[in-house]
Amino acid sequence: MPTLTIPVEEKEIKKPLEQEALITGAEAIAIACKLANVDVVTAYPIRPYDTVMQYISQLVADGEMDCEYIVAEGEHSQFEIVKHASACGARVFCGSSGVGWMYAMEALTVTPALRIPMIAMVGNRALDDPGAFGVEHNDALAVRDLGWMLTWVDSAQEALDTALIAYRVAEDHRMFVPLAISCDGAFLTHSQALVQIPSQEQVNKFLPRYNRGDLLLHPDNVISVAPQANEDWVTEIRRQNYAVTEIACDVIREVYADFEKTFGRKYGNPFFEEYMTEDAEVVLLGMGTISTPVRVAIRKMREEGKKVGFVRLRWFRPFAGPEIAKCLERFKAIGVIDRDFSFGSPNLSGVVATEVRSAMYTGSKTRPPVIGFIGGLGGREITVPDVEKTAEIVFDAAKGNAQPLTQWIGLRG
Amino acid sequence: MSTFVDEKPTQNLELFKGVKKVPHEEYYTSGHRTCQGCESAQIMKLMAKAAGPRTIVLGSTGCMYVANTSYYATPWGVPWMHTQLGSSGSSALGAAAAFRVQMRKGFMKDEPINVIAFCGDGGGADMGLGAISATMCHPDYNLLILMYDNESYANTDIQISGTSPYGVNTSFSTPGKVKRIMNHRWKKNMAPLIMAGHPTVKYVGTISTSYPLQAMNNVRKALSIGGPTFIHCLNPCPKGWDFDPVLSFELGELAVNTGIWPLYEIENGKLKLYGKTEQIANGRFKRLPVRDYLLKQGRFAHFIDDDIDYFQSKIDEMWNKWLVPGIIPLQKEVETE
Repeated sequence: MPTLTIPVEEKEIKKPLEQEALITGAEAIAIACKLANVDVVTAYPIRPYDTVMQYISQLVADGEMDCEYIVAEGEHSQFEIVKHASACGARVFCGSSGVGWMYAMEALTVTPALRIPMIAMVGNRALDDPGAFGVEHNDALAVRDLGWMLTWVDSAQEALDTALIAYRVAEDHRMFVPLAISCDGAFLTHSQALVQIPSQEQVNKFLPRYNRGDLLLHPDNVISVAPQANEDWVTEIRRQNYAVTEIACDVIREVYADFEKTFGRKYGNPFFEEYMTEDAEVVLLGMGTISTPVRVAIRKMREEGKKVGFVRLRWFRPFAGPEIAKCLERFKAIGVIDRDFSFGSPNLSGVVATEVRSAMYTGSKTRPPVIGFIGGLGGREITVPDVEKTAEIVFDAAKGNAQPLTQWIGLRG
Repeated sequence: MSTFVDEKPTQNLELFKGVKKVPHEEYYTSGHRTCQGCESAQIMKLMAKAAGPRTIVLGSTGCMYVANTSYYATPWGVPWMHTQLGSSGSSALGAAAAFRVQMRKGFMKDEPINVIAFCGDGGGADMGLGAISATMCHPDYNLLILMYDNESYANTDIQISGTSPYGVNTSFSTPGKVKRIMNHRWKKNMAPLIMAGHPTVKYVGTISTSYPLQAMNNVRKALSIGGPTFIHCLNPCPKGWDFDPVLSFELGELAVNTGIWPLYEIENGKLKLYGKTEQIANGRFKRLPVRDYLLKQGRFAHFIDDDIDYFQSKIDEMWNKWLVPGIIPLQKEVETE
């Protein structure tokens, strides 16, 4: 396997109590749960997310983490258990992959409306059929309309940090909606990297205790939660979740700013990360671990004099439409790489391309071509040559040449 | 810290020593919209009264949700939360786990809190059976799952479930020109299923709203004994069973007196029949013919004598041939002459 030469900033470890460890994305999230003093965790086996639950099992057994660790008999129950635990005041963690996530779908659906700040890790995995294990984003994306917050991370460090940020964001009283952290199956869940693990003291400063306030289900608080409603009240109930989305971006910005203050790690713009975009003519856009081959390809192309950059979307929900549009409007063409499919969509593009186009239609002063690319499905690697070919197509579109609006990367035959 | 089962000490809810000793406080009161003569609502009332105020109730979808708790009204004088049709098992487990850990970590006052999840027969015997079964295996959590059985998916306008009687007329089992009997399934034996399949469960019982004092006391026993517990209640339903609401109570009694609905509890592995069922088992009471029960209900109006005889034969088999009459359907091998 080729080693990547990535320019590394010389960082001084700010707090002596911080540790450094070589861990996988899944283990990073398990450690975050331990630091966050999670109360109830439910587990159910499905690859590739479930290593996070194996790590948590060991932490509990070793006395490093104090929580109720329950192995459910299916994902529907798995998510229902933590949903109700959260309603009764417990900080919870859950997770799944692929069709396991789909098996939980009824539970996932009701959680936002019930205002349950559950944190879930999705180890992105292709949906059956066929029963592929490799990464695809459709599992997590399936809840995008329901009120879940969705974020994609591309490194074990970002996974750990985002898990801590997630509890702060979700449990903010202005939010109280569930949040799923997506980690590309295998490529992030199972690959190891050096991670700075914050100290318990730092985390305690950053993360207050989960406080459900007067929504708490407890004998001292006689409430009825989620009585039946119809055309008389459903609209207003939905509007409450809508109100959350109106301020979600502000809350996220606040929390990232506080994270930076507390832990000293800068993420800058929380919603997306720009790589070599300053003088770029065209950009590629995507989510998750495609950032690795993409950045390598971009450095290679830059050496060849090609002015290309990369925008890595972190937050899919809320979708920072105006910011994304403002960022993208200056480029001559954009290539969105979707590690997902959206059969029958406008222009047959993937989910991210469709949303980017939608954001640009209203938020951009210009109309650069947005070419949608579908690739890397079922865990197929998006290689550096794949990225170069993709960029070539986008450059061609930038020249004003007609390019199909959806193209498949690396399709065989 | 114990390396074995990590049980929390429970409480001791004393049994009500008679109807006059039952407290007057209602924890399930007006604010619901159930039908006249609804015995399912009745067991909600009795269950809440028996449990008292230090209780939270998880209510899965069904008549006791939709006909019961509609915004802006609620009948619940204890905290109540909706849960999904198949989630009575998982919701109870989640709530019990949350209270346990928060008490252990010192975030919540350490005290017994009754966690009760109710389900209808549709949500419990069908969709939610897996979740209930899983929850029954967790000895560390104190909770009660109460299944109110009106022998149908009642709220969706009466359709057969796993506990519907053989041959019953429902909107998914309509007698017609070619098929008189659309439902060939015999009623699922839920309480014994839970009991036999989950050897560490300390309390499984059947109750009837026609015997309200025992029903309340069995709930109190289940909430005191520790670990996950299960109670199955038969609830005559005037709309679904098609009878005049004034007959609800009588039909509940008839179900027991015909031997169709046995009353028993299994406490720490020991089986005890009670009420008329005990008298049926020890021969002091002759079971009434099932005809007396079936033909009082419009849902069996299409039955011909053959159907009633078949039904009777199955009840007779239950009492005459079963290893544990009325409860365990195994039959001993008969030695050849």
